[in-house]
Amino acid sequence: MTTTKRAFIRGIRDGLPFIFVVAPFAMLFGVVATETGLSTLQTFIFSLAVIAGAAQFAAVQLMADNAPILIVVATALAVNLRMAMYSASIAPYLRGVPFWKRAAMSYILVDQSYAVGLAKFETTPEMGPSERVAYFTGTMMINMPLWYGGTLVGALVGAQIPPEYALDFAVPITFLALIGPMLKTAAHVMAAFTSIVMALLLGFIPYDLGLMLAAVAAMVVGAQVELMVQRRMA
Amino acid sequence: MTYTTVEIWAVIVLVAIGTYLIRFSFIGLIGDRDLPPWVLRHLRYTPVAVLPGLVAPLVIWPDATGGDYDAPRLLAAAVTILLGVVFKNMMLAILGGGTTLFVMLSLMG
Repeated sequence: MTTTKRAFIRGIRDGLPFIFVVAPFAMLFGVVATETGLSTLQTFIFSLAVIAGAAQFAAVQLMADNAPILIVVATALAVNLRMAMYSASIAPYLRGVPFWKRAAMSYILVDQSYAVGLAKFETTPEMGPSERVAYFTGTMMINMPLWYGGTLVGALVGAQIPPEYALDFAVPITFLALIGPMLKTAAHVMAAFTSIVMALLLGFIPYDLGLMLAAVAAMVVGAQVELMVQRRMA
Repeated sequence: MTYTTVEIWAVIVLVAIGTYLIRFSFIGLIGDRDLPPWVLRHLRYTPVAVLPGLVAPLVIWPDATGGDYDAPRLLAAAVTILLGVVFKNMMLAILGGGTTLFVMLSLMG
């Protein structure tokens, strides 16, 4: 077996634990999106084209609220801005990888492939460019089809669920479940707290613009608290 | 939702293009240039800056009750957050929160 093939299989194996999150999360998105009023096709294409659960949920929630298109798009993209950081930190490991392969890898750069991929690249400096590509692709080989398929199943099921079930709260619970594990440091907690307080206070601003302002304030608070903590440690 | 078919597709296409460009930014366009530390410091907090603000009004003024304070939903929210913080496990938090809501609603219903 070539080292590239071995790296690919290793990637598949290291990506396997994520199937237990990806499948149910995808199904939940399928259900919520169709309950909001998206067609099965729209819901499926959404997952296929975006592959970013939190941003997709955010967009659907704001669409349910009838927020203007620009706000919906801006909020979803704000949730995904973290991926610019992923892109920047993984780029040095992809020197010498052909352009079209880097373009393809960008499509599958998600929280999971980033976490597993970067850890592997950092601990295994002897990996060559083609092995890195193979490994990275491997991590998403099962998770990606599962994300599409899960969304489709959820969308088909969601169309059958009568509205009287308390699905209104599926979205808040999903967001809260996403937020909990993110609260890793004092800076993250303060950013989350700022976001909540500001969003509630600025709720009167039309077009859900208050949320964007709250997010900017929360980012600044997170960054400042991080600096303060660093200074105190130094 | 009063979105038309065209508007829904517009959101999907724009979010897809924007998200792809964010992912492609350094891998494909800018290359391995370091981001200034202050930019990284802000990017680190984007999800945690947006999602809590999005969810807070939904928890405090739920649509289903016409915006009234609602004990089952508040308790379910608290259980979800607590499980997520303690166990760092998203699916466990969703299951715990969902179960709490279901049990509370059937007890009080």
